[in-house]
Amino acid sequence: MRNLHVLSAGLQTTVQDRGRSGWRHLGVAHAGALDADAARLANRLVGNPLDAAVLELTLRGPTLRLDAPSRIALTGATASARFEGERVPSGRPVDLPAGTLEIGSLRGGARAWLAIDGGIDVAPVLGSRSTDLRGGFGGVHGRALRAGDVVPLGAGFAQQVAIPRAPAWWIDHAHDTDQPIRYCPSAHQLASALTRRGWTVSARSNRQGLRLQGEALPSPGGDGVSEPVAPGTIQLPADGSPIVLLADAQTVGGYAKLGHVIAADLPRLAQCVPGQPLHFAPVDAATAHRLACAARARIARIGVMIDARLPAV
Amino acid sequence: MNSRPACDIEALADDAWLLRLGDRIDPELNAAVHAMAARLRALEPPWLRDVVPAFASLAVFFDADEDPARVHAKLLALLDDEPGASHAQATAAAGDVEIPVLYGGEYGPDLESSAAELGLSPQALIERHAAGDYTVAMIGFAPGFPYLSGLDPALALPRLATPRASVAAGSVAIGGAQTGIYPRESPGGWRVIGRTPWMLFDPRREPPARLHPGDRVRFVAIDADEFARLTDAQDAAS
Repeated sequence: MRNLHVLSAGLQTTVQDRGRSGWRHLGVAHAGALDADAARLANRLVGNPLDAAVLELTLRGPTLRLDAPSRIALTGATASARFEGERVPSGRPVDLPAGTLEIGSLRGGARAWLAIDGGIDVAPVLGSRSTDLRGGFGGVHGRALRAGDVVPLGAGFAQQVAIPRAPAWWIDHAHDTDQPIRYCPSAHQLASALTRRGWTVSARSNRQGLRLQGEALPSPGGDGVSEPVAPGTIQLPADGSPIVLLADAQTVGGYAKLGHVIAADLPRLAQCVPGQPLHFAPVDAATAHRLACAARARIARIGVMIDARLPAV
Repeated sequence: MNSRPACDIEALADDAWLLRLGDRIDPELNAAVHAMAARLRALEPPWLRDVVPAFASLAVFFDADEDPARVHAKLLALLDDEPGASHAQATAAAGDVEIPVLYGGEYGPDLESSAAELGLSPQALIERHAAGDYTVAMIGFAPGFPYLSGLDPALALPRLATPRASVAAGSVAIGGAQTGIYPRESPGGWRVIGRTPWMLFDPRREPPARLHPGDRVRFVAIDADEFARLTDAQDAAS
């Protein structure tokens, strides 16, 4: 049996797949990779089923010892990864012998995803291997990885290689970072006020929500009657500083709602680093749907390109 | 006959519609929410992914590959089509659950102060809390955390000015006009008056939660021996 031995954990490294659905009525968060497309592409690059579990890395990645030959792929923010001292490129399948993989710091974004052939083989909980950090289940003991953890891998299919081997091609599915984050405004009277300010991403952000800093909006008053919320919901607490909920968000909340970030732009929020400026622009539901379809088509095209090149690896 | 209660529909996400029946915490509104949720679940449209009821609203999550406008139309058609029966459906779908509670002592650190604040004896607070007929108005805050409506208005208490950094799993507490149970150790600001030995939420159990939205709940006061016995029995079963 193959395992990953965690030598150092990185800032927040978690096991994630496409997340849990169908349990929100019991208060169970969605969880899952903050950029599901990036996780799927990483799986595609190593030849895994697209919903296999991967590692989600945050700002600084882990150092891992692979006890058997593996094929890996990194997507998302650029990692300064090294295998036994040799540089390991992102965005392509890399065959590695057994040895130590040091991911290092991420550049150009906050998160990256590491897929390994065979997938992370922890037991599924409520239909998913994703880590639910607040609920304390899924992944490895319901928490982020720690040094000393031994993480099981599924049956591998990597070829035996003496030194790291990677093709010359790579994929880059980087998001358009200059565009404002697009959202569908709610009927709340402050919903359009979000666009009138520039915001910065607070260091208090996490997988539950992205906190925005800036000149506060008028207070919407006290909490209302709790209603369902979802990843992408833009909440406005009484202090006037908005929170955009992400995949680990709770299922209900009483804060005022200014609208929701469209599905096509949710993956961009995964890459927001503390201090980064952020602007918002309103779109209607039809536009949101059109952009979601366009994003899906783009990922599908990249997928086809990967499949066409894979046999040549 | 059209039995659908009036509701606003707004987009909650690109893959979810929010149906809002009102903006108050009210037993009848909440019952209408659970009736609508039970009806949608029973109809099982292929695009449905989850129905999340709250106090006066419910979220309908659907397959993200679907066109939201089409789902909107289908949703309205479903809610308008099926006449009546919804309240009966919800009542039939809801369970009756008795929850054992050891009140006071180290497991109910706020019992004495809460009773004093309400001008009741601790025993009277226990009796009135255990006499209530409650409904799981919604589950949220944490996996399996039930917000129970039906608290005797004379037992309503504001939350603690400073929330506790840690509330024990199983803590039975009063927060405002509601009562609830912490399924897992967590920070919390509700007044803790007792503890149940039951594990309310276990993601490895089928079903994972002891309580479901719409369930009717009663509390049964137990003593320390019974608490220990039930704890052992549960540990043996898991």
